[in-house]
This record gives sequence, structure tokens and C-alpha cells, in this order.
Amino acid sequence: MSLRSAGGASRWDGAPATGPEAGAPPSAGQQPAGRKLLRRKSGHPEIKQKFRPLGKQPLGLLFSAPYVIFILGVLAYPLGYAVWISFHQFYFTAPGVQVARPFVGIGNYITVLSDPAVQRSFVNILVFMVINVPLTVGLSLILANALNRITRLKTFFRVSYYVPYVTASVAVIGVWLFLFQQNGLINSLLGPLAPNPSWLVNSWLAMPTVALYVTWKQLGFFILLYLAALQNIPDELYESASVDGGNKWVQFWNITVPGVRSASVLVTLLATITGANLFTEPYLLTGGGGPDGASSSPVFLMYQKGILQGNPDVAAALGVVLVIGVLLIALIQNRLVGGKSGEE
Amino acid sequence: MKRTTSSVRILSMAAIAVLGAGLAACGGGGGGSSSASSAITAKGPIKIWYSNNEFEVKWGKEMVAAWNQAHPDQLVDAQEIPAGKSSEETIGAAITAGNAPCLVFNTAPVAVPQFQKQGGLVALDSFPDGAQYIKDRTGDLADQYKSTDGKLYQLPWKSNPVVLFYNKDLFAKAGLDPANPKLGTESELLDTARTLVKSGAAQKAIWPSPAGDYFQSWFDFYPFYAANSKGTQLIKDGKATFDDDQGKQVASMFATLYKENLASKEVYQGDSFAEGKAAMALAGPWAIASYKDKVNWGSVPIPATEKQDKSYTFSDAKNIGLYSACKNQGTAWEVLKFATSKDEDGKLLSETGQMPMRKDLPAAYADYFTANPLYKDFADQASRTVEVPNVTNSVQIWQAFRDAWNKSVIFANQSIDDAFKGAADKINQLAAQK
Repeated sequence: MSLRSAGGASRWDGAPATGPEAGAPPSAGQQPAGRKLLRRKSGHPEIKQKFRPLGKQPLGLLFSAPYVIFILGVLAYPLGYAVWISFHQFYFTAPGVQVARPFVGIGNYITVLSDPAVQRSFVNILVFMVINVPLTVGLSLILANALNRITRLKTFFRVSYYVPYVTASVAVIGVWLFLFQQNGLINSLLGPLAPNPSWLVNSWLAMPTVALYVTWKQLGFFILLYLAALQNIPDELYESASVDGGNKWVQFWNITVPGVRSASVLVTLLATITGANLFTEPYLLTGGGGPDGASSSPVFLMYQKGILQGNPDVAAALGVVLVIGVLLIALIQNRLVGGKSGEE
Repeated sequence: MKRTTSSVRILSMAAIAVLGAGLAACGGGGGGSSSASSAITAKGPIKIWYSNNEFEVKWGKEMVAAWNQAHPDQLVDAQEIPAGKSSEETIGAAITAGNAPCLVFNTAPVAVPQFQKQGGLVALDSFPDGAQYIKDRTGDLADQYKSTDGKLYQLPWKSNPVVLFYNKDLFAKAGLDPANPKLGTESELLDTARTLVKSGAAQKAIWPSPAGDYFQSWFDFYPFYAANSKGTQLIKDGKATFDDDQGKQVASMFATLYKENLASKEVYQGDSFAEGKAAMALAGPWAIASYKDKVNWGSVPIPATEKQDKSYTFSDAKNIGLYSACKNQGTAWEVLKFATSKDEDGKLLSETGQMPMRKDLPAAYADYFTANPLYKDFADQASRTVEVPNVTNSVQIWQAFRDAWNKSVIFANQSIDDAFKGAADKINQLAAQK
């Protein structure tokens, strides 16, 4: 979650605030204007002033304090604590109970990474992301683009894409179970083509089904992000492209896709984080990471090890590995999708 | 530019300070264990939690009201266990936070080693009459609940001996004799299951949950293993026992059920037995009340490879723990004794249908069992129950077993021999850890 604010804000701030309803043209000139402003500021060297330990606007610290304290208390402290736990032999105790918490070096990391179930779970979320992330980016961009162009039933479509996102996963999973179980609707429609074993108990299909479910569930949110980004593309670009004889496909590929690149970075990043934090779906949809661990996820195993089995030290090590993994993937994605958009 | 860097520097320094303070706090623990001995005798108001099962809530409220009327100076404040994914998680969190209640009338034996390790439980032997009281009430069966240090951190309270329920109407529909079902041995059960499904009487013969939760094995493998091994626990003297003929016979019976689609690999959303989707189910006496109006049911003891007269099964017991966060432990112990007196046990039996863990149960409440013959077999069965072994890492051990079971028996990705061997090795290792 911290990544959302860290990665997203600087590149792409403001777009969701303008909202899809805000109207397209006025926001067209925002970005260049902002950049010019920045350049002028940095161009003027500041006048030397007396040393102020709290900066020129001390009040600003006060205003930002609630959020900073929140971040420190709810994110930084637990993260630091988790790192500490992961290097020690640790379990939760009642207050006042004194137990030795010896430093064990990377012992917990060896334990957790040599566990075949953990290795399997990382492969599982890799499969999940390979399916989920491109599908999410592609589908939400296409659907957002379509939604941006249609004139009738706009609200209806917007609501229907967004409903799964705001509905509790637990409730929606019931519907998917009804669709995908052995005697469910999908298998009835497929008839003899239905997979055997059925979707959710098939070692090869369980994870793709989960990925499909999450894609569908999250789509509404990502469509919204793209819709907002689409408002920032000036209509003149499309007009001049059509004057030059570019068809709809050319326009989409050469104007829309580059125009929403900053949103694409955010969407990829958020989809990756969602994938890495997968828990509810393997917990409920496939009965605890079934079949035979084919849909278990690192977070699900963290829950098993840390909460159920009382080994928070091993679970913390897994969590730290996961955080580092997500950061690395995010970095790579930023390079690939983001390109050098910062410079033009 | 300069402004930003200086405030960033201040912020990061603050962050490091907070982190450092946090880490320092981790190193120290609290003192204050000297108050533990005085708490044992302290009297005063206490808090208790009971299960959210409607019948148990009713019993709990009446019990508390009776106590409070007689002891206005030591009032009991009772509530249902706060909601969580499971009671064990809620209790575990409360222990860590230091706000666990004095008594929890729903402490799962599997969680006791963990709570004990956390320092969350009071050994009941600490009370002068503790060990004797439990021995007098429960008898030898109480030995299964002793922890590795030889102490009792739980009071064996009530059991729900698991038996095989069957749907008489579906049996009749399949052309089977509902009064004398052929369920005496494991092979008879297989034949009956085949008839049930092939005749179209039921979608599945039996539908135990195939989910991967550590506790699911208590409702498929463990009752059958208890019967087949004549009352052997999963672990004996620190060694896994199930990697033998008795264990593998049970496993191959279930593997056959899954292979021939007589049992389902998918989790059923709801109660498959109550809804007539499965013709048999494994459950304890608690189920009588909930199946009463839905299913025309009968029950038989869990079958083993050979016919048995006095068969064993899994106890599915829930016990009472006395938690160390309790200030007035003297009162808590008195309430514990009051709540498990012969009188209160009788009320628990008649209101919930669950079996108080008392020796000579059928004789102690002879009138009740004459009036309610349905419960009589359960009372008899209650004297022959197997509990989950009280060992360190118990949850991890059951998870290791469950993973091997799902891999080999349900989804047939590995041979039963290999899976059981691997699980036994892993469990031996886990049980040996201190």
C-alpha cells in the first residue's frame, strides 16, 4: 500500500481527483504548465537566509504530522519489527512472560525458503501474475476506452464494472463457486468439454481460475483509473490523426496507449501488489490453497505459519522476502512500462 | 530545494528514532511474575467466554446466573468468544495482548500446547485440589490431556465422539436395509457406498471436507484410524504412529472413495448430509439436534478393517482453560468446579446433547439416557475416545499430516506409502522440538 503513494503520486498525481466527470479539455494543458513552473522555480537560486531547523514553513510539518505519524506507526514500525522478528527465534507471549529470543541469523530464511510448499506458492503467484497483470492492463484499457466513447448506457456500464470491486470478496466467491464447481453452470454449458477434474480441483486450472476471478473482480477499479487518464488526452490529437488518415486502431495504438502510459505504470504496479498479496481467494475459493497446494500463496502460508502454527519468526522471514520480491518486480515493471516517460 | 532536504532529513531521523525505540522495546520483557502466586488464591469478579453455539450459550447463561445469585461478591461477567476466523486465533491474540478472560469454555485441545508455550495458561495442578478434582471427575481418560511437562493446563470438559451417521431414506431408496446397514467394516462401507451412488440414490456416498485445513483430518482419517488401531493416538511416545498397516488401510479406503467418485474432491457449501447430497456423514452427538427435523438418520460406530464390539473414535472434545491474565484465579477455579459439577454437567448434557467427560457417564445420568435413547450409544462411545496428542507444534503436525493426506489420498499426486513416510518423518522431527 505504501507503494501506491510512493510510486504513484509523483508521476500521476491529481488525475483521480479530476475524475471522469470533470470534463476533458481544461485538463489538457496541465502537465506542460506544471513542468514549466517547476523549471522556473529551480532556475532561480534561493536567497540566502538564516538557518531554520524546521524549514521555511514550520506549520507545514504540523499539517503533515498526522499522516507521517500514521505511516510511521502503522507501516514503518511494524515493517521494522517484522524484519527484527525474522532474524530471531520469536513467538508471541503473554505480557510479562520472559523467554529467550536468540538471534538466529538467516536461519528463518533458510527454513522458509527450503520449504517446498513455499517454493510452490511463489511459482503459483508467478503463474497468477503472468495471467492477471497483462489481462488486467489489456482489458481495463480496452474497456475504459470503449466506455469513454459510448454515449448511451454509460452509467449502467460503469456501475456494472465497478460492482464486483466494491462487493465483499467473500460474497462474490459464492457466485464463482456456483459457476465453476463440478456441477456448476460453466461445466453444464461446456458439457463434454468440461475439464476433468473440474476447474477448482484441477492442479493446472486452479491458479488460472483464481487469476481470472481476481482480474474480473478488480477490473472496475482499474477501468476507473484509465478512464481518468483518458480525460487527459486532448481531443485535438485524435482529430489531427483522423485528418492524417489514421484509422481507429492507429489512433488507439499511437495516441491512447502512450497517452495513458503513466496510468499503465500504476495499474501494473497495483495489479502486481494485489497478486503478491493474494490471500482471500486461495483461502475461500479453493479451500485453503487446494488442490494439493496448487493455488496456495505466500501470504496464505504466512497466515498458516504465523497465526495458526505459532511461528511468527518464519512467517516474518517469508514476509520480508515477499516485500523485497515485490519491490524488485515493481522496479523492473517501472523500467519496462514506464520507459523514459519522465523526459518526453 | 534546501527546504525539502532538511525536512526530509528530520523526518528520516524521526523515523529511525521510532524504529530504534521499537527494536529496543522488543528486547526487554516485563517483570511481575511474583504476583502469579498470589493470583492463585485471589477472589473477586471474573470474566469468562463461552462458545457461540446457541445451545451452549443457553447453558452458559443459566450457569452464570446460578453462580452470580449465590456469589454476589464474585460476579461472573460472561460473553460469547469474540468473532474471528477461529476461536483459537481470537484466544491467541487475547493472550498476547494480555486481555484474555479467566476461563474459556471452548478451548481446543490442539491449541493448548501453543497457549501453554505462550505463557497464557495456568496449570490446574497449581490449585491444591486441582489434580485430584480432575482425576475424580474424568478418570483415566484425563491422562490424554496432560502436557509434556506432566501438568494439566486444561480441564477435560465435554466430548463429541464422532460416529457414522447415515440417511435411512436414501439407504432405502438405494435398496439397502436402513435398519441394519452393512457398515460393519471398511470393505462393507465401500460396497455400500458404491451401491448408494450407482443406484442414483445419492450424489455422493460421503462428503467429508477435502479442504486443506489442519483440523479436517479429525473428521475423515482420525476417527477411522482410532477404530482401526484400537485407540492409538497420532503420536505415541514422541513418534508418529500412523505410518503402519492400520493407518494405510484407512488411507486406501478413502483413496478408493475419491477415485471412484463416491466422495467429492470439492468443498460443499453447506451441510451435504442435511441437504441429502451425501448419504453418510461423520459427526458427534451435537448433530442430533440439527439433523432432527431434516434427515431420517441412523448411526453406527466407525467401522474398522474387522468387525469390532467396542470400537474407538475421535473425541472432538472442547475443554476449559484458565488463563494467566486472570487476576482472581481463586474465584476462576471455584467457578470452574461449579460449572463442571454433577448438577451442571447434567444440565449441559440435557441442553446441548454433548457428553460431559465424566467417568461412568451412562450410570451417572441413567434417567436422562433412558428418556433419550438416541444419546445412549454416544455416552457409551464417550468412554472410548482418542484425543489429539498433546505435543509441541501440534497444529504444525496436523498440517503436515493434512498436506500429505491431500497429496496422496484425495488428489493422488503421490503414493500413500511415500506420503505417509514423508509426513511421519516430518512429524517426528516437529514433535522432538522443544
